Amino acid sequence: MEGGSNDATSVKVSARDLDVFYGSTQALHGISLDARANRVTALIGPSGCGKSTFLRSINRMNDLIPGMRRQGRILLDGADIHDPGVDVVDLRRRVGMVFQRSNPFPKSIYENVSYGPRIHGVSDRGTLDEIVRTTLEQAALWDEVKDRLGASALSLSGGQQQRLCIARALAVEPEVLLMDEPASALDPLATARIEELIHELKERYTILIVTHNMQQAARVSDTTAYFYLGRLVEVGPTAQIFTNPAKQETEDYITGRFG
Amino acid sequence: MAQHTDRRYEEELARLRQLVLEMGGLVETQIADSVRALASNDAELARATIDRDHEVNRYDVEIDEECLRLLALHQPAARDLRLITTGLKITTDLERIGDLAVNVCERVVERSGQGHDVRIDLPRMADMARGMLRESLDAFVREDAELALKVCRDDDAIDALHGAMFREMIDWMGSHPGAAVDGTGQLFVSKYLERIADHATNIGEMVIFMVKGKSIRHLSVPSSI
Repeated sequence: MEGGSNDATSVKVSARDLDVFYGSTQALHGISLDARANRVTALIGPSGCGKSTFLRSINRMNDLIPGMRRQGRILLDGADIHDPGVDVVDLRRRVGMVFQRSNPFPKSIYENVSYGPRIHGVSDRGTLDEIVRTTLEQAALWDEVKDRLGASALSLSGGQQQRLCIARALAVEPEVLLMDEPASALDPLATARIEELIHELKERYTILIVTHNMQQAARVSDTTAYFYLGRLVEVGPTAQIFTNPAKQETEDYITGRFG
Repeated sequence: MAQHTDRRYEEELARLRQLVLEMGGLVETQIADSVRALASNDAELARATIDRDHEVNRYDVEIDEECLRLLALHQPAARDLRLITTGLKITTDLERIGDLAVNVCERVVERSGQGHDVRIDLPRMADMARGMLRESLDAFVREDAELALKVCRDDDAIDALHGAMFREMIDWMGSHPGAAVDGTGQLFVSKYLERIADHATNIGEMVIFMVKGKSIRHLSVPSSI
């Protein structure tokens, strides 16, 4: 079983006593949680439980929200992401994000994928071509779009757009992928493709995923963390959480006895 | 425990528990009748009991279908998942117990008209086996792991009785060669009752899994749970 305390892979992301406030409202209370390299960590819990806030803390997306305050630390490879010397742009390159609604730029498929590398200084056409190809391959989209890289990204289906957004995130060679309900707007077939892709991607990346779909969390993740009212209630190997959770609150939530 | 948000699901799980209990009650009656038929050498009662086995089988099929439906439609997790998988397995044991009660009855029909007394230990073993079955089902419905563990522990006593019965019957048949056929029949019954207790033990083990989420199967019985 993967994801347990005996798991041999190294800790990639580590939150320690993390508190987040929006104005006077405390959204996260003392969260301490590790995400291991080459593993998928699922964050589950009812709306407003803090799971997305936690996810967005990892690449400091919350910094953009007025009135946000934070205490506690988040370590990436052991280094605090809030250290004054940290370049937030570089942090967000290392920690990529995929959102609930696919949000491709209204540009060509090629430009969507090559945009990030160009921003980060890659200008050689051959290098860009190679990045576009390999990341589209990694995102399991290459075969479907290789003959129309110049076509508008908006001409793709919803599932393809989401995989394009994953390719776009991969193009800047991140180490961690944050996924905020990446399949919630997709049909079951497109969802299955994304889940299969997550399974392939974890060989290279550390993945944290927020999902409202219990079965999806059960299928794709190695470790599951249950959040409620801004607190981490329980974290453990996914198979254990879904067959025999330690806490009654977790049990009630995953069996649909919540509320 | 909190109720399911989905009331219908809650009712369906309650119905599953009810079906398992009904099947268990029927199987208990089958054991009782088979042993009563044995003790009173009542071939009629034995035949009637054999005829009722199809009702046990019908429950087996119905509970299987119910479990599959729940698995397919609700993707259960945690305690619900353990309840449903336990239900699936318990019915297999109950169905086997029903078959063993039929086997007892078949021996009664075979030996009807023969005059040898039934060994006093057979009704006693039957009472013990029935008691274990009843307690395992009580443990199931009350989600009582302690009681389930007691059932697992009680299995040793019935194994010991069967061992003693075996030695005694071999001796008896040695000194009464004419009684070999009947003696073998009674030994079979002893074995059936011992097997019934084994199935009750399986149910106890599964109830412990259902309640605690940990398996004690194929291990020595723990002193506490």
